[in-house]
Amino acid sequence: MNTSLKKILLGEQGLVVIFVLAFAIVAVFVPNFLTERNMLGLLQSVVTIGIVACTMMLCLASRDFDLSVGSTVAFSGMIAVMASNATGSILLGLIAALICGSLVGLINGVVIARFRINALITTLATMQIVRGFALISSDGRAVGINDPNFYQLALSKFLGVPTPIWVMLVLFIAFGFILNRTVFGKNILAMGGNPEASRLAGVNVVSMRIWIFALQGLVCAIAGILLASRITSGQPNAATGLELSVISACVLGGVSLAGGRAAMTGVIVGVLIMGIAENVMNLLNIQAFYQYVVRGLILLLAVLLDNLRSGAAGRKG
Amino acid sequence: MASFLEFKNISKGYPGVQALSDISFAVEKGAVHGLMGENGAGKSTLIRILSGDQSADSGEIWIDGSLQGYTSARDAFNAGVIVIHQELQLVAELTVAENLWLGRFPARAGMIDFKKLVFEVSEKLQAIGIEVDPNIKVANLSIGQRQMVEIAKAVMLDARIIALDEPTSSLSSRESEILFSLIDRLKAQGKIILYISHRLDEVFRLCDSLTVLRDGKLAAHHSSLEGVTRDRVITEMVGREISNIWGWRSRQIGQTRLKVDQLSGRILPQPISFDVKSGEILGFFGLIGAGRSEMTRLLYGADNRRSGTVSVDGVIVPPNDPRHSIEAGIVLCPEDRKFDGIIQGRSIEENIAVSSRRHFSPFGILRLSQEAKLADTFIQKLRIRTPSRKQDIINLSGGNQQKVILGRWLSEQGVKVLVIDEPTRGIDVGAKAEIYNILYELAESGIAIIVISSELPEVMGISDRIAVMCNGRIAAQYEREMFDDRKILAAALPDKTVAVA
Repeated sequence: MNTSLKKILLGEQGLVVIFVLAFAIVAVFVPNFLTERNMLGLLQSVVTIGIVACTMMLCLASRDFDLSVGSTVAFSGMIAVMASNATGSILLGLIAALICGSLVGLINGVVIARFRINALITTLATMQIVRGFALISSDGRAVGINDPNFYQLALSKFLGVPTPIWVMLVLFIAFGFILNRTVFGKNILAMGGNPEASRLAGVNVVSMRIWIFALQGLVCAIAGILLASRITSGQPNAATGLELSVISACVLGGVSLAGGRAAMTGVIVGVLIMGIAENVMNLLNIQAFYQYVVRGLILLLAVLLDNLRSGAAGRKG
Repeated sequence: MASFLEFKNISKGYPGVQALSDISFAVEKGAVHGLMGENGAGKSTLIRILSGDQSADSGEIWIDGSLQGYTSARDAFNAGVIVIHQELQLVAELTVAENLWLGRFPARAGMIDFKKLVFEVSEKLQAIGIEVDPNIKVANLSIGQRQMVEIAKAVMLDARIIALDEPTSSLSSRESEILFSLIDRLKAQGKIILYISHRLDEVFRLCDSLTVLRDGKLAAHHSSLEGVTRDRVITEMVGREISNIWGWRSRQIGQTRLKVDQLSGRILPQPISFDVKSGEILGFFGLIGAGRSEMTRLLYGADNRRSGTVSVDGVIVPPNDPRHSIEAGIVLCPEDRKFDGIIQGRSIEENIAVSSRRHFSPFGILRLSQEAKLADTFIQKLRIRTPSRKQDIINLSGGNQQKVILGRWLSEQGVKVLVIDEPTRGIDVGAKAEIYNILYELAESGIAIIVISSELPEVMGISDRIAVMCNGRIAAQYEREMFDDRKILAAALPDKTVAVA
């Protein structure tokens, strides 16, 4: 490979460059790809992953891990629907869902940070517990919505763009700001870089970790509400496997599983790459089973690229 | 006798640095040859080239009269060169014997011949005088013993040239002595030992000849150490006279700043009390395991304490949380910079601002220009050598990393007590003097300083008062006028073996 090309691909913005190239190629060669309708559909399809990726990014950047997001999304969707039905007020339903989601996150955070239980194990446990709650509360069936206004959360548009996409964009901007421009964000990166050194430097590691998980729960609840509105019911089996897609998108976007490295732009690109791959395969009528293979391959390639990149940076030392 | 190992005009450049230029020297058979130089002088690069890890841009290596055309570590190995690095390369979960045979287990009918495996190893170990049970797992050995095993492995592989990179950096003095006698025996067997070390005492004790590198160039080559003085070698290493690298000067000492009263914790069950005055440098000396660093961590709130109080200027500091200590003006530069000090993967700028940014970030929102200014100020003030404040801290040398951590704390406005644990471990001579000077300046500004060090000359060189720790308590204290290395060392030695719980 010639050196300047290498520099671009392995540089800070390497992934963005690859993404733009891939986008251009797909736009030219895949029919119906670059239409307004398909673009909005594509964005709609990544809303859940995109929203949850915001906080997953923080979680991974601080060297933690959260497997419970899929269950929390489903559970809070159920709560939103059931509480709305029970109280007759959509607003109360939404508040209940947000509180429940945050509570799940808070419990994760307290168990992990205060009782020092491994995050992988803790969230593996809560993933199952919360999924169980979702199934128990609905007796395993989907729960319909009494008030049709609930659909408007997902159907309403602003400037021709559906509300969920706006919510995702707002969260992208908000979490980009949090990561790069706040003490909270920088402390997350410091914790991920070296937790003990950060603690000795006065970072309140325990409360930070609890906050990160609580935020993750809250954001899952937002995603859960929008998902329930889009599928017009509370589904206890919604969003299974979401945790893996979200972590894949983050890793694709250059978030280091060893902590200390993350960028919002990278995560956005990661989310979009996952969405585009799926979208293009749908447009080309490729059987859904192949999509698993392609998603896995993309992830492997991204990690290899990342490895090359840190190898290139490490040589200087 | 002809030279056995010869470097001829070795040069090696990396992007932006000429790591080695035109290095030539030769070593006789059966000699221990010292290789000295400050960090970054090119020692590691030369060893990497010798071990086939990297290849030289130009130049030749001759071993036993034949030119070596290395292209890989395998070639070097076949030529009889083995390098023993600071990070040892043994498999912890295997036994000593298994480690020594790793990669070429003796087999009979496809099964490992365990009898032969153990028998030959114990024979070999005995032959070179290493007392280690070949059936014990490496995980259960001390660092010193592991190093012995590593050397035994080199001997078993018929190494003719063994390079030891800072072998004593994590050994106790007793273990070092055992290593030295092993080196003497290997020498008697006609091996060449290349001995890379910062420690002049060891080099003068062990080496027959010495090469000093400076900035990638050959600064000096002594084919015999007769008549060579330490001062001369130091001068050759730094390229300038450092007549007194401590540079201690007397200063105004004020009121009591830090008062530690009856402090105890899980690892330090006996309560400890002492105080430090404003402008005073109190040195803590003791052997490894005497409890110095544990005391420091209790004092700073890094570990939970059982009893006792710490007060600054008469105000009691809330216990068990570094944040309270920082707020009260106590800061710590930890012993293990890599694990407790630097934040890897983040820039110098972020490493400096990590604590103090809370003072100038309204509502938790950063002011990046302020952070940049802060970083630039300390890069200049502490003379941190780096191309930019955006540089990842991991790329800096040990001395510069220490300066960044000092910068982190100096950017806190109200530091009253600075605790610095092993201030110059792994730091080269030139940077050492700079760090001492920073400490003096801070003391002059009224800060109370606690220096913990296992190097007696350093503690004696820079402290106003020394507290000697032994078995988890303060055994003795000396004012500067009363400093006497023999008395201090005697106080540090436990008179009977008392386990520190």
